[in-house]
Amino acid sequence: MRTPLVLRGARPYGEGEPVDVLVRDGLIAAIGPTVGAEGAEVLDATGQVLLPGFVDLHTHLREPGREDTETIATGSAAAALGGYTAVFAMANTDPVADNAVIVEHVWRRGREVGLVDVHPVGAVTVGLAGERLAELGTMAGSRARVRVFSDDGHCVHDPLLMRRALEYSTALDVVVAQHAEEPRLTAGAQAHEGEIAARLGLAGWPAVAEESIVARDCLLARQTGARLHVCHVSTAGTAEILRWAKEQGIAVSAEVTPHHLLLDDERLTTFDPVNKVNPPLRTGEDTTALRAALAAGVLDCVATDHAPHATQDKDCEWSSARPGMLGLQTALSIVVRTMVEPGLLDWRGVARVMSERPAEIAGLPDQGRPLAVGEPATLTLVDPDATWTVRGAEFASIATNTPYEGMELPARVVTTLLRGRITAREGEVRA
Amino acid sequence: MKHLLGTDGLDADQASAVLDTAEALKRTLLGREVRKLPTLRGRTVITLFYEASTRTRVSFEIAGKWMSADVVNVSASGSSVGKGESLRDTALTLAAAGADCVILRHPSSGAAHRLAGWLTEAGTSVVNAGDGMHEHPTQALLDAATLRERLGDLAGRRIAIVGDVLHSRVARSNVNLLTTLGAEVVLVAPPTLLPAGVRRWPVTVSHTLDAELPGADAVMMLRVQAERMHGGFFPSAREYSIAYGLSEARLATLPDHAVVLHPGPMLRGMEIASAVADSPRAAITQQVANGVHVRMAVLYHLLAHEEEMA
Amino acid sequence: MAPRNRGAAEPAGQRELLSAGDVARTVARMAHQVIERTALDVPDSAPVVLLGIQTRGAPLATRLAARIAEFSGVAVPTGVLDVTLYRDDLRRKPTRPLGATQLPPDGVDDRLVILVDDVLYSGRTIRAALDALRDAGRPRAVQLAVLVDRGHRELPIRADYVGKNVPTSRTEEVHVRLAETDGHDAVVLRRTGDGT
Repeated sequence: MRTPLVLRGARPYGEGEPVDVLVRDGLIAAIGPTVGAEGAEVLDATGQVLLPGFVDLHTHLREPGREDTETIATGSAAAALGGYTAVFAMANTDPVADNAVIVEHVWRRGREVGLVDVHPVGAVTVGLAGERLAELGTMAGSRARVRVFSDDGHCVHDPLLMRRALEYSTALDVVVAQHAEEPRLTAGAQAHEGEIAARLGLAGWPAVAEESIVARDCLLARQTGARLHVCHVSTAGTAEILRWAKEQGIAVSAEVTPHHLLLDDERLTTFDPVNKVNPPLRTGEDTTALRAALAAGVLDCVATDHAPHATQDKDCEWSSARPGMLGLQTALSIVVRTMVEPGLLDWRGVARVMSERPAEIAGLPDQGRPLAVGEPATLTLVDPDATWTVRGAEFASIATNTPYEGMELPARVVTTLLRGRITAREGEVRA
Repeated sequence: MKHLLGTDGLDADQASAVLDTAEALKRTLLGREVRKLPTLRGRTVITLFYEASTRTRVSFEIAGKWMSADVVNVSASGSSVGKGESLRDTALTLAAAGADCVILRHPSSGAAHRLAGWLTEAGTSVVNAGDGMHEHPTQALLDAATLRERLGDLAGRRIAIVGDVLHSRVARSNVNLLTTLGAEVVLVAPPTLLPAGVRRWPVTVSHTLDAELPGADAVMMLRVQAERMHGGFFPSAREYSIAYGLSEARLATLPDHAVVLHPGPMLRGMEIASAVADSPRAAITQQVANGVHVRMAVLYHLLAHEEEMA
Repeated sequence: MAPRNRGAAEPAGQRELLSAGDVARTVARMAHQVIERTALDVPDSAPVVLLGIQTRGAPLATRLAARIAEFSGVAVPTGVLDVTLYRDDLRRKPTRPLGATQLPPDGVDDRLVILVDDVLYSGRTIRAALDALRDAGRPRAVQLAVLVDRGHRELPIRADYVGKNVPTSRTEEVHVRLAETDGHDAVVLRRTGDGT
């Protein structure tokens, strides 16, 4: 039996008067103006915002295969420090997580590390090759209980295969998360197709390559009655299609990354591949539209697409560089910068897009829960007034490829609790 | 100047200074038996080419040698480059070996920018000799030098750039430089060979070559690469040639003073008729000759001055 | 141009060494010396060419040729030599623009070439000029004419014709001004400050 814990003086959802929260046996035992318990450890949270622990639907932990860039242990640490209590580990590992053995391995390693709930994402197709369905049912029924399937990094572009995946998923109560990219329209693509790429001589990744797949998949979801999740929405046009689809009652959800909310393709003029990501950084108009869509609920949630890469895969010429950015330890701050500071979201809205909606989409029963007595004490405490300077080398990830290096950002995660246990506190993880 | 990475970012004064130097060098060497100047004695210039090239590499090599620099040629085959060494490691090796200047040709857009970043500490200058579809600044400078010889001041002159603008680093560098020098540029190409966003460039865009020729002071024909012909950018070589090739009949519609340029290598009969390429209106061999003087001028502006404080 | 009141018009720290009239007289005297030393008005003597070193040597060479023609009746071909590309101090200064080199139509081969410059100081410019001249042709002999010799040679070079010897310290600068390049004629000595 663990010592009870009192979180003193925090404001749930950043609303109302500060309260004390008593945490006992992994649950919220009491909430009130002054709450105490015999022998409880007291954690001063004065001025901090209390939120449900964050859930990331889109994380690359690189294990197995590229443990030189991230492991389940280091990625879990980065997640806990970023305020996350659950992460979904993408299937594009080596070997690919397209069978029960690999997903159970990832799940087990996550439990051993114990800093966040690591939920493996299963591949939709064998080897991410887009040719035949992976054993979705076996993965769903494994100890890892896979509930999200994605070929992320690759699009399930064959319409017949995507239709089958969606149809098949309806029997399993799982969601198919699509990396929307029509490959025939992005052959050799290096940057958002627009004025900047034209000037820099970088082959274009047109918005329509994403939008045409999202439109098609929404129609397929309607046809099959399946649930569809759209990964890393990057264009204003995709947001328009999603708005329409939701109005039609199609069971589609969507995520946006912090970098697509903040950064645009003007950053490419240095040719520094730290800015290379897939889908690519779009225009300033797109970031504005994506922020509005997230505020309106057209986009359901924020997902990091945390993608660690080795230095030699980033400190090279643009076309040779791998796409992707670190995101776990900066996500909250970017959401505050892009959504809270301009008044597009309040802290309850942050709880919605960072915790509640992603937990719902993935069907997690014990994450993204209300801040109420009897609920799991899976919580994140945020100092809303802090400012800090990003230093990739100081992150828990092995890789350092953050596009925000040197940037001064608002708000900082102070404490993360997973079922009543402190996993991160003041920048240190507690295993 | 520390590096020449592109014509984007060169202002009119800098560009004119390089062109003036090229002109002075050309005059200096005119009719000489010994075309050798001691200016860059003791400086080491390395050409590092990751793409096959004859004219550009040779032009730089001659330019360096006429300035008495020690010129070393490194090409992707027959070096550690071929063994998978990264561009960064290769560059740092060359800098450590004493390169004062690295001239880079690379298939990746932005490679010269990256190289300049890696070599900042070493103090080595970088010249972009063509990076992917991005820039080829010395080609644009030699084109401008040739146009200045034929037309005088370029301010207000109308120059048509015809062909595969989408994939052409020559076109990008020329758009930047010619507009900086005050010329009006019109891009003539089928819509499939123009980059998205071209409407926001400081140029006019046309799909009708015949409409642009009578008002042009110069026509720059771009090479149509073989792989484009089968890439579905246009229905057939024949249709392209009919719509965008510079035939003798079209040449006749140009004003008398107008010049025809081609960066080479040419596909005779495709984008340019043989008789046009060989006509006195074509300045194609003059372009090659000016290439050496322009590259000498670039090396002079990069290497023959005091170290700039970083 | 109005006669200049010697010294009065110069700012503090400057001293006029030669007035406009002095410059004209000095060039005339040098013309006489060239005629005498080269015997260029004597039939069958070696043909003389004056090569002015950019920038102020060029107008000086033109003036010298005009005086020589006036005094001897012989039209001496002139040319201009830009020595920038031959300098050994390029890496100590900002980028220098290149001037024009123009040789007389018949070149310099087998001629007596007289290099003309405004100030002789370290001798490095003349060394560069000799290198440039070697690439321009093969003169029979080379002589040097300067308006001012201020001393402090760093190379074994001396002038054959000197308008005025001026003892200077290294902290001083000698500025030759000519109507063609500066609007008026004068030679001025300027202190650069506390020996810096």
